[in-house]
Amino acid sequence: MKELEYPFDSEYIIKKRKSLKKALLSDGTQRLSKKIAVLGGSTTNDIVVYLELFLLNCGIEPQFYQSEYGQYWQDAMFPGEELLSFKPDIVFIHTTSRNLTETPTTANTKEETDALLERQYAKFEQMWQKIAETFRCPIIQNNFERPFYRLMGNRDVSDYRGKSNFTARLNQKFYEYSQKTEGFYINDIDFVSAAYGLREWSNPSYWNLYKYALCPEAIPEFSYNLANIIKSIFGKNKKVLALDLDNTLWGGVVGDDGVDGIAIGQETGVAQSYYEFQSYVKSLKSIGVILTVCSKNDPENAIAGLNHPEGALRPDDFILIKANWENKDRNIAETANELNIFPDAIVFADDNPAEREIVRAQIPGVAVPAMDGVENYIINLDRSGFFEVTNFSADDLARNEMYKANAERAAQQAAFGDYSEYLRSLEMTAIIDDFLPVYLERITQLTNKSNQFNVTTKRFTPTEMEAVFKSPEYIRLYGKLIDKFGDNGVVSVVIGRKNAEALEIELWLMSCRVLKRDMELAMLDRLVERAKAAGLSKLRGYYYPTAKNNMVRDLYERFGFAKVSEDEAGSTVWELAVDGYENQNHVITVEDNSSIQ
Amino acid sequence: MDKRELYERLNDVFRDVFDDDEIEVYPDTTADDIDDWDSLEHITLISAVEREFRMKFKMGEISSMKNVGEMAAIIAERGR
Repeated sequence: MKELEYPFDSEYIIKKRKSLKKALLSDGTQRLSKKIAVLGGSTTNDIVVYLELFLLNCGIEPQFYQSEYGQYWQDAMFPGEELLSFKPDIVFIHTTSRNLTETPTTANTKEETDALLERQYAKFEQMWQKIAETFRCPIIQNNFERPFYRLMGNRDVSDYRGKSNFTARLNQKFYEYSQKTEGFYINDIDFVSAAYGLREWSNPSYWNLYKYALCPEAIPEFSYNLANIIKSIFGKNKKVLALDLDNTLWGGVVGDDGVDGIAIGQETGVAQSYYEFQSYVKSLKSIGVILTVCSKNDPENAIAGLNHPEGALRPDDFILIKANWENKDRNIAETANELNIFPDAIVFADDNPAEREIVRAQIPGVAVPAMDGVENYIINLDRSGFFEVTNFSADDLARNEMYKANAERAAQQAAFGDYSEYLRSLEMTAIIDDFLPVYLERITQLTNKSNQFNVTTKRFTPTEMEAVFKSPEYIRLYGKLIDKFGDNGVVSVVIGRKNAEALEIELWLMSCRVLKRDMELAMLDRLVERAKAAGLSKLRGYYYPTAKNNMVRDLYERFGFAKVSEDEAGSTVWELAVDGYENQNHVITVEDNSSIQ
Repeated sequence: MDKRELYERLNDVFRDVFDDDEIEVYPDTTADDIDDWDSLEHITLISAVEREFRMKFKMGEISSMKNVGEMAAIIAERGR
């Protein structure tokens, strides 16, 4: 919904909150249902109202628990029956500088101040650990905004006795905890309050009248920033940035003005702005964003523009270049197709409002940010939070390389007559074995991101996955696939729970980047082998249909399972006896963990 | 701005905030007359009125206004 996209009009959202919610709830979208416990050190009602709107808008339907006013610590340390039975999927702790209980005065020595800092910090760390033990779910914690006055003026930030200095040191300790703790995220209100303007943000009337730690007009921005973390945790991030060229990546029209005539580089202020934007786009690659081009141009002109000696981007920074005279909605649809992703994983950046409108109208789900004025490009993309990083896995870093290798494989495929001949020519090796700690983050990420090749679409938080990893009840497999073009990383995960005679397959997923490589057969071979070794006589598989996983409706049938039952919703149950099973993979060499340890 | 125009614009704000097109406000309307008008919605309402009339209420005014008439009097003085 356009009204809820950055840069939004907060005051409009405040006024129309009720009708916006109604419209979202009646738009027929299927949403993930998630429970969020909000433990506040100040009033949280409005925070929840706007958080709900932004989450609904990105495909998550939240339910909330809110602690009584100011009771965040008590609620976390001694949770009542209501909170315990609520069983949150996420706990959010809304504390601000208003909640600091131990702050230094100018009479304190350095040692006393250090002790205060430790005491203040310990109160929080103790609470986080208690929450992690009780609820085993991700925790989101605000850092602290700058205090709104500076007792010593400029010295307040550099002197250990200053409140500003104390707050900054406390924040630093929060960050250290965050870096060493999985599933613990900082909601950076220090940034959001500064960007909004600390003067208004901290307007004391709202604290003194309503116990709001920030002004009401700032709450939508606050909630938007928070919603970005939550949607990223639940796998709703975007993956691809599809960029227009003329007046988006450089000033002018390369087809008309010629390569020498476009504005990019260091010559003028405008050229520098485009250069800065190109550099920003290039750095998005380093957090795993896939770049493509979607431009109305002759291909030669597009490539010539991207080869401009003063530009920061190069043609090979892009996985796909769609430079032609087709309609842009068609090019975006093809981009999704060729990359094996859903259109709703794409952000389309174009300076031309008419092109944006066509794509927005024709391909629901594609994010189409406002791109008005090159000086606003970076800030609009950045604050939109499309690519919010919550987990930074090695796989994110390598993603661009992998998609590139995929494109090369596709080119080679055309040269082979027989498909299995092609598969053998890829010289594939898979490592398929029980989980290793080093892959847990990637495995968890896959359970939250995979929608298409996913029979049960069961999601796991890092803490839940940790529990599965440690439990003897499961047979777990991850699959990593390497071929002559490169390492695809961990691409498949299977989790089965052992009962008396059968292995109940609770999760079977695979990344679509390795479709049609027989990787699923290699996984099945290994699963049967492990089930036999555990003394089980059969595998039992489940398929739960969703809007996105039709491609695995008959997965178990193709595997040779027999259908046991089907309900009216289309959910099916399948069984396979392990006795007499013969391996089905003949093109991948399979190894186990000993090959990498 | 005459009184009629002021009340018309105020009415629109109330209808938006409480999402109810039936609402009519008068000088003696109070929070008791409108179902959803509680202390939390009051914050939203104040913020929306401030935007509509491009003015800010003072802290003392927010806590002392007893009905829509008193709100309208302040708007008539400082609003645009």
